[in-house]
Amino acid sequence: MSRALFLIFFLGLVWILLSGHYTPLLLAFGAVSCLIVWFLSHKMDLVDHEGHPLHLQPIKLFMYWSWLCAEVVKSNFDVALRIIKPSLPIRPRVFTVRTTQRTELGQVIYANSITLTPGTVSIDLRGHEIEVHALAEDPANSLLTGDMDRRITAVERPQPEDPKAGQR
Amino acid sequence: MIVIYVITALAIILGMFFAMGRGVSGPTLYDRVLAVNAFGGMTVLMIAVLGFLMSRPDFLDIALVYALINFIGTIAVLKFFEYQDLGKRSSFSETPK
Amino acid sequence: MNVVIDIVSAVCLIGGSAFVVIGGIGLIRMPDFFTRLHAAGVCETLGAWLVLLGLLLQAGWSMVSVKLIMIFLMLAITGPTATHALAKSALHGGVKPKHLDDN
Repeated sequence: MSRALFLIFFLGLVWILLSGHYTPLLLAFGAVSCLIVWFLSHKMDLVDHEGHPLHLQPIKLFMYWSWLCAEVVKSNFDVALRIIKPSLPIRPRVFTVRTTQRTELGQVIYANSITLTPGTVSIDLRGHEIEVHALAEDPANSLLTGDMDRRITAVERPQPEDPKAGQR
Repeated sequence: MIVIYVITALAIILGMFFAMGRGVSGPTLYDRVLAVNAFGGMTVLMIAVLGFLMSRPDFLDIALVYALINFIGTIAVLKFFEYQDLGKRSSFSETPK
Repeated sequence: MNVVIDIVSAVCLIGGSAFVVIGGIGLIRMPDFFTRLHAAGVCETLGAWLVLLGLLLQAGWSMVSVKLIMIFLMLAITGPTATHALAKSALHGGVKPKHLDDN
């Protein structure tokens, strides 16, 4: 039930932010659309623990995001330099990294962060291993130190609130 | 600021030409999909910059919708290549009941 | 104050467009599909972010900036997902990553 309220609250927030009109008619349309979307996603069984990351710690998540932004900027400059150098200094390689996250959401955050950082792209995910394609040695080495993995695992709560999470 | 917007728009158009070149000459089909995806991402930026250039911020709504359609279109095309069917449930989206 | 914001946003816009063009050049220059993914990543991470940041500084506090932040979130979430889907389906479709050296 709390998940349904959360969903309707966020849908309403998005409606109000995007519409910019606050006449009763349009607000009523917004309320009706939120209810329809909630009904459809309830029928499709989409309202589950994955859509509501209550098992993440918000403050640490924001700290992780700011760290990730700095990493993305650094590796962007690295890859951009490699592209514009006439000798094209790339040595592509494929390797696997192990994930230590307990939940699927943590793994998704890890794989997406790898892909978001230019120079490394996650190309496959099986069980607890992510297959990574790297453009050169430096991006691969900075990933193999496991720094990013540790930070994402720290974002997850020590005890997941939903016991089903992570074993699906 | 108008000059800056124009320079940005022209640079994005140049990037779009590069992406289009890759889309035309891509040896594999996935290169073409990648080029279309990158082209779409640049189009979103282009629409946003043009909205500011013409001082019509309503363009940002269109840019938002374009970002969504770009993503959904890419995923739909890839799903069609992978499964030869858009309606079939993919193997990893089924949850054991 | 206004002049400072204008200058910062101009630097952001020019830098962002430079990254977009570099990403486009990379899309042409890179030798195989998987390396091209990295070039496309440059366009749609820092290139897009800097352009949106420059526009955000011009917009100030209004409805427009909310929409710009929404576009930013949309690009930041859907970009890597689309790239991963592309890489995975190319791998399943038989495109092999090229190794320039063996290790």
